[in-house]
Amino acid sequence: MTTYVQTAADDPDTAPRPPDSDRTRAENNLARKLVAPALILMLLVTAFPMLRALYLSMFDYSLTAPDDKEFVGFQNYATALSDWLFWRDTLTTVFIMIVTVAFELVIGFAFAMVMHKVIFARGVIRTSILIPYGVITVVSGFAWQFAFSYQNGFVNSWLPFIDTDFNWFAERNSSLIAIMASEIWKTTPFMSLLLLAGLAQVSNDMLEAAKVDGATWWQRLYKVILPNMRAAIMVAVLFRALDAYRIFDNIFVMTAGANKTESISFLTYRQVIEQFQLGIGSALSVLLFLSVLVVAFVIVKLFKVDLADARQEN
Amino acid sequence: MQTDVKSKIGTFVGVAVILAWCLLPVVWIISLSFKSQEAVTNGSPGFFPSDGGGAGWQNYKDVLDNGQFRHAVFNSIGISLIATLLSVVIATLAAYAIARLDFKGKKFVLTTALVIAMFPVVSLVGPLFDMWRTFHLYDTWPGLIIPYMSFTLPLAIWTLSAFFREIPWEMEQAAQVDGATAWQAFRKVIVPLAAPGVFTAAILTFFFAWNDFVFGISLTSTEKARPIPAALSFFVGQDPFNRPASLLAAGAVVATVPIVVLVLFFQRKIVAGLTAGAVKG
Repeated sequence: MTTYVQTAADDPDTAPRPPDSDRTRAENNLARKLVAPALILMLLVTAFPMLRALYLSMFDYSLTAPDDKEFVGFQNYATALSDWLFWRDTLTTVFIMIVTVAFELVIGFAFAMVMHKVIFARGVIRTSILIPYGVITVVSGFAWQFAFSYQNGFVNSWLPFIDTDFNWFAERNSSLIAIMASEIWKTTPFMSLLLLAGLAQVSNDMLEAAKVDGATWWQRLYKVILPNMRAAIMVAVLFRALDAYRIFDNIFVMTAGANKTESISFLTYRQVIEQFQLGIGSALSVLLFLSVLVVAFVIVKLFKVDLADARQEN
Repeated sequence: MQTDVKSKIGTFVGVAVILAWCLLPVVWIISLSFKSQEAVTNGSPGFFPSDGGGAGWQNYKDVLDNGQFRHAVFNSIGISLIATLLSVVIATLAAYAIARLDFKGKKFVLTTALVIAMFPVVSLVGPLFDMWRTFHLYDTWPGLIIPYMSFTLPLAIWTLSAFFREIPWEMEQAAQVDGATAWQAFRKVIVPLAAPGVFTAAILTFFFAWNDFVFGISLTSTEKARPIPAALSFFVGQDPFNRPASLLAAGAVVATVPIVVLVLFFQRKIVAGLTAGAVKG
């Protein structure tokens, strides 16, 4: 990349931009043509419907009575935000997000350490670790639902401290455990692969030096390995947290929101598709989108994630 | 010497744990698919089918005889393949521009892609549901292909632009010195070099489309376009209070086979693609 043009563009006051050469202009034109289809398609299915949701959220509009569409301003937002259901579902979602990402980070890191060390059977391990990643979430949900079932599952008989006729899906906490088990099972491998790539970037010389200086295994982990793969960890956490915040498939399949296990995505879906309440449903859609932005913002600020740094662009 | 043995044992145990973690639920769903319907109805706890509780291949025969499920398999394969093909072609063009050309708005494209990758898909379901019914896209293949393309483009663009940056610059310039235009340099020099990266992006895109559930249940209503995950979740059988667990398991295994085949053949490429977009430059 010609750095000259970039610095000039970044700093228009101090360095007046030279007139574009024919070549620069041709490059700009070609680039725009190449990028346009992707950009249009991405915006067509996200920005445009999102604007429409913004518009619809101002109406009392139900598909069961489409002729009674009526402008109500911010009434739908007031209704949603003053309803305890909305806050309960948000809390459930945040709870699931924090617990699953914490487990995935710890287990995924342990897996990455093992995979980094292993010299034999690398292909077999990589193949198996990709299987949970590839398995359809709905299938994972079914597998775990039946595994936890007291009628047809094996979990109760394998866990010594659980009664064989304990019904996991009869109350909230145990249902959430089952849902999170499926979520953690499916996504930990992805996390471990991201961390493995980060681990590979930690220099061996530094580790050897620490070893020679008499650092214990824990000291090497905390003082050398973790600080050096900070960027990889942060990117993995950001990606996974935002993904976990959208949790829908597992809840739909395993409990259908029963026993207060509903997530914010599931609430939105239920309003729009099952009850045809497009007005309040659109308001919930907008709130869901805004809450994802808030979560992303908090994580980026809290952990100082630098995506460009992670991609080594600086 | 002793720590060496210790760490070897540790690694060995670690490998065993990883394999158990990854494969246990898969073996479980296969085992469940061989339990007979009667055994499941009466309750048959335990990992493997009990004595006399096995069904042989009966569940697989039943699920493949089911017209709705066969339609779903056909839909899923068709929709996922078309979406993958189109998405990868469009992403390749964009990624080339991002990795190779200097242009205004590059940051905007990358940021848009990132935001969309993290977009809460459910929040689009309402407006899309409404729009698709107006445009007569509701319950059709294009109605699913279009959103699948939009949501796989970010991953494909990021993966591909990371791959493209590794390709030697000089070859493209050499072609241009020899009189090739920018477009010719792209088609004749870069495309063959980039093929492996493109292939990786295609596999990841296919995984996404195959896995999708939210659009699958919201934007379809009949077997005309309903993909496998949605069909599985609506699979109730004769008795709605007693889900046909073993039949479902057989359907789930059928849905997982293509993924396992892809993973077996292309594991190296998939790992490279998954991490290229996020960690490596």
